[in-house]
Amino acid sequence: MTSRRGFLTGTGAAAVALAAVPAHAFGAPTQDASPEGGDHGPHGGQGGGHGGGVDGATFRHGQGIDHKANGFDPSEVLRDFDHGTVSTLPDGRTLREWEVYASDEEIEIAPGVRFAAWTFGSRIPGPTLRCTAGDRLRVRFVNGSAHPHTMHFHGIHPAEMDGVPRLGPGVIEPGGSVVYEFDAEPFGLHLYHCHVGPLAEHIARGMYGTFIIDPPTPRPPAHELVMMMHGYNTTFDGQGNQLYAVNGIPFHYVDNPVRVRRGELVRIYLVNITEYDPINSFHLHGNFFDYYPTGTRLEPSEYTDTIVQGQGQRGICEVRFPHPGRFMFHAHKTEFADLGWMGFFEVTE
Amino acid sequence: MTAPATQRSAWAIGVAAVLAIAAALVALAMLGGRALPERPGPPVETLAVERTLLSPGEITLTLRNTGPDPVQVAQVNVNDSFVDFAGPTEPIERLGTAQLHLNYPWADGQPYLISLLTSTGVVIEHEIPAAVQTPPAGAGLLGLMTLLGTYVGVIPVVLGMLFLPVLRRASRTLVRAVLGLTVGLLAFLAVDAAIEGFELADGSGGAFGGGTLVVLGAGLAFLALAGVDRAVHARTSGAGEATGVRLAVLIAIGIGLHNLGEGLAIGSAYAVGELALGAALVVGFALHNTTEGIAIVAPLARDRPRLLTLLGMGLLAGAPAIVGTIIGASVDNAALAAFLFGVGVGAIGQVILQITPGLRGAAGRALDAPAIGGVAAGIVVMYLTGLFVVA
Repeated sequence: MTSRRGFLTGTGAAAVALAAVPAHAFGAPTQDASPEGGDHGPHGGQGGGHGGGVDGATFRHGQGIDHKANGFDPSEVLRDFDHGTVSTLPDGRTLREWEVYASDEEIEIAPGVRFAAWTFGSRIPGPTLRCTAGDRLRVRFVNGSAHPHTMHFHGIHPAEMDGVPRLGPGVIEPGGSVVYEFDAEPFGLHLYHCHVGPLAEHIARGMYGTFIIDPPTPRPPAHELVMMMHGYNTTFDGQGNQLYAVNGIPFHYVDNPVRVRRGELVRIYLVNITEYDPINSFHLHGNFFDYYPTGTRLEPSEYTDTIVQGQGQRGICEVRFPHPGRFMFHAHKTEFADLGWMGFFEVTE
Repeated sequence: MTAPATQRSAWAIGVAAVLAIAAALVALAMLGGRALPERPGPPVETLAVERTLLSPGEITLTLRNTGPDPVQVAQVNVNDSFVDFAGPTEPIERLGTAQLHLNYPWADGQPYLISLLTSTGVVIEHEIPAAVQTPPAGAGLLGLMTLLGTYVGVIPVVLGMLFLPVLRRASRTLVRAVLGLTVGLLAFLAVDAAIEGFELADGSGGAFGGGTLVVLGAGLAFLALAGVDRAVHARTSGAGEATGVRLAVLIAIGIGLHNLGEGLAIGSAYAVGELALGAALVVGFALHNTTEGIAIVAPLARDRPRLLTLLGMGLLAGAPAIVGTIIGASVDNAALAAFLFGVGVGAIGQVILQITPGLRGAAGRALDAPAIGGVAAGIVVMYLTGLFVVA
């Protein structure tokens, strides 16, 4: 029988080989640009990423996800902040412009499982839009999907910019486009999502993303990460989710741990958009974090290792890892953890 | 035209007709198929779990694709927790089978819901009501199943045959009543087996026809037994009167085929841990199946069969239960079980058909009071003794 270590190494090699084929075939730049990419080997020996049996929930061993075909990699989504195209208005204010494209995509959400998704920016979650309080924001939304959609932002804005049916531009039909324009307020951690009926399905299909408004005086420098918690109702029966994830792919950070340095300030922008279930939660092993609900105050409300969020709730977690090694993080709705919402931090010197 | 020539031309016309039909079907498949649109909507994915094996730390499922489209099991979760598993990485084609070995630390006696997540996101569920380690196949299991089959099949039937001396001293009317009783017993068994067969067929996934399997088994057994009857008839006498021994042998065969199915159900119930072994089971079956022994000896009231012949009949009726328990414990296939239950039903039907003439009274009326009373008593006795069977 193959040893665990040998097996894992084999898996890593297979994943790299898989990634390498299209790169050579099309002369494209090599994949694995992310800090975690390409290294699936067993760090820290015992208790390595993979589970199985009493070691815990896992997908079938020996198979990976083709992130290149999906068009996004959760290891990159983690640190991908889209600041938009910046210019200055005549009155001296900052203008930020984005173009967000809606499309229907078939995404491999678990090895061998394909999901008919509706997306912003061809990924789940959609792009993380980031600005500073007081900026003027102009979001051009182009609907390339076969279904009608909108972009509904959380935040303070005029009614006609709310991105809901029958108000302002209302529903954007396939092929249509619109510009949502409003001021960035209040500072904090927000989100956006489609608001077309049936609402639950439009969200469950993948139409959501994180929207960060930084305070006028920036927060202290930190290693910043965005984590959006969500589920996949693969049977489309509206009765619950078969898979749970942060940033698109279940169990991704088990095989590709989030690498951070010992002692550095780590800031996690944590958003819950999970459809069908009343709550989701976040639990960090072996460490405690300061929690800033909705990020609208600069003082933490709590020092904890577990927080619970309803759908649409979000908050900022700030943590310094004093010890090196691997630390699990997962939903402390453990059923969600066993269904994919599970990962590791890897703390190095 | 001579007779052989007529026969030859009939053959030639038949072959030509078959060829013409084959050519038309091929043309239809190639041309007609294209004229129709593809089926709209997503693939139809159906999997039946034909067998569940539990060994320490592992659950093994034998799957069969009973739907029209290939199915790829991409991921598997047990009680809402994804698990590693070994098995084919290719889709399972229509009617194809595959074995999945799930790495899961199951606990004794616990219920489990296994969800097979297919490549399209469809979830196919399989329930294990209570996890019990599957007895490993081997000499031990073989011995146990033989013992079980002997207890529930052979011994009760042979015990029932001890009523023969009583029948010898009985009046003609009473013998007719006992024959009526036999018909009642058999009718009850046939209905009971048919119901159980259809229930099993429901659980088989329908790849091989579901309920029609029971009907197929019944039809084939009915015809086969008619053939056996004709053969035995030709050998024993040319008189045309159904002799007692001939009828008894037929009844024994019919009951034997029925006990094959019953043994199969017992064996598979044991294999999945759903059978409570022990005194209740053995006594229940003994009561129930002792009546089968009476049924066999009922036509022998006026004959003097040898002891060895009687014993042979007992084995003919009871021993298939042993074969059944062994097959059931080691194969555990719902479709096969449904078919064999059908076989039992058909065999009993033929036997009833053979006994019925013997029920007629001296006056030649179809059924008189003793015969009707006997049939009714048979049904009631089977119903009541059936209540003692816990399996």
